[in-house]
Amino acid sequence: MAPRHGRSGKAFKTALVYLLLAVITLITVYPIVQIFGISLRPANELYSTSLRIIPENASFKAYRVVLFEKDFFTWLRNSMIVALSVSIFGVTLASTSGYAFSRFRFRGRKAGMISILVTQMFPATMLLLPLYILMAKFHLVDTLLGIIIAYTATALPFCIWTMKGYYDTIPIELEEAAMIDGTTRFGAFFRVTMPLSAPALVITALFSFMAGWSEFIVARVIINRQGLYTLPLGLESLSSTFQTEWANYAAGSVIVCIPVVVMFLLLSRFLISGLTLGGVKG
Amino acid sequence: MIWFFLLPSAVVLLLVVFYPFLYNLYISTTNMGLYTIRDYSIKGLQNYRDIFLEKDLWYYFGKTLIWTFVNLFFHMVLGISIAMLLNTQIKGRGVFRALLILPWAMPQYISALTWKGMFNYQYGAINLILTKFFHLPAIEWFSNATWAFIAPILTNIWLGFPFIMVVTLGGLQSIPRDLYEAADIDGASPVRKFFSITLPMLKPVLTPAIILGTIWTFNNINVIWLVTDRGLPADKTHILVTYVYKAAFTYYRYGYAAAFSVFIFALLFAFSLFYIKKTNALGEER
Repeated sequence: MAPRHGRSGKAFKTALVYLLLAVITLITVYPIVQIFGISLRPANELYSTSLRIIPENASFKAYRVVLFEKDFFTWLRNSMIVALSVSIFGVTLASTSGYAFSRFRFRGRKAGMISILVTQMFPATMLLLPLYILMAKFHLVDTLLGIIIAYTATALPFCIWTMKGYYDTIPIELEEAAMIDGTTRFGAFFRVTMPLSAPALVITALFSFMAGWSEFIVARVIINRQGLYTLPLGLESLSSTFQTEWANYAAGSVIVCIPVVVMFLLLSRFLISGLTLGGVKG
Repeated sequence: MIWFFLLPSAVVLLLVVFYPFLYNLYISTTNMGLYTIRDYSIKGLQNYRDIFLEKDLWYYFGKTLIWTFVNLFFHMVLGISIAMLLNTQIKGRGVFRALLILPWAMPQYISALTWKGMFNYQYGAINLILTKFFHLPAIEWFSNATWAFIAPILTNIWLGFPFIMVVTLGGLQSIPRDLYEAADIDGASPVRKFFSITLPMLKPVLTPAIILGTIWTFNNINVIWLVTDRGLPADKTHILVTYVYKAAFTYYRYGYAAAFSVFIFALLFAFSLFYIKKTNALGEER
């Protein structure tokens, strides 16, 4: 705002910014608020044409049904196993190889970085189909190991790229100083570089965890047995019978969303610094 | 010593990415399917020829272009303008920021299924709002191919703008304030400042975000698959990736689907190469 508009112009501008933000935020959170409202609907209100957020005779019955009458805890356990494994693989593999790509000059480095970037252009079926057929031959279909492998294949390249980009922003002199002081390369990596890379490590862990926690399209292909359903498969099975289970599906979604959303918001300050998109360079 | 750092990832990538990639190329030359998974025969390039004989190929291709372009356009416009609103000195911007990030934080399948419910003809929130507040006729979202395509696009615009918003916010904070002060002294208009300072300064962070965003959107199966309930009405809403997903895992045409994946990959590869060359996104050095 140019100064010539003075104080009232500034107040007007602030009010306008608030108004715009309020409207946009309202539209943005509406679907999320709505799903919470549906989860509170009692059975006889399920088909409601009312737009009230909190329904009449709101009840938490759907939450009880999902938690204790469905296989929710089985889905949760499966999702936990998958998501944790993928994020452990993602962090250990990407933190080491990202370092190699950032610090060492070796033959095939450039080719390696480019092929990692190119994997991001694969349509999902490009790896899913051959992996599925290979798994069918090795009896890995309908195992959690099968989806862990598939998720690692899709998440790892992005993780390596993120870590490499972040290492590039850490001055190499810090490690050199540590090595002059008598530390080995490993010592420098573990005691200097790793602690400084906390934001990128957090982002890598978060992204690979979310990949495992929220993925539907791959899981649907590899897992058929109900006992091995992950949360997305379980919730989708509720949603496909919208007729009867809409409230249950909504309650399940709320339960699943809360931990990831909280985690995401807590870590969102790392998003900007950890996601070094600018670091695609070099 | 370098092997300590490189070997674990190299082995894993070879096994779960590189080998399947080659195997996919091999499958694409066979007539492999659910019942011929072991006794298939080599067909050469026949699957690739079949792709171009597919009568809906260009229809799906056009849909994919519309899907990618419309989504990306709105992601950029919304993401950048909301980021600029958030970048003003107002109280409570942290709260707005947290709320506006929510679509990104939510698991994508839950958002997609929730939006599918909101598009329900009778009980969905969107039709209720249209009829009750605006006295418009309700829309039959999933019986008309155009509306059935608009529905997942709306969903995906909602899903995707926070990513650009966050990236832009980071970029905005790194623009030195004195650039704007200098422009103020010269009497530059806000529009002029946006196009001469803000946008060029955002380019380094936005260019990779656009490339990634294009690839992710082009390849997004989730949203269309879930919102339109796997391609309703009558497979009219498919984009290339959902079509090939259906060919592979609903119709079990493995050989054909493998060839189709290669075709989609080639399209994206050509696009990215062109775009990277043009914008020099990877930088001079390398």
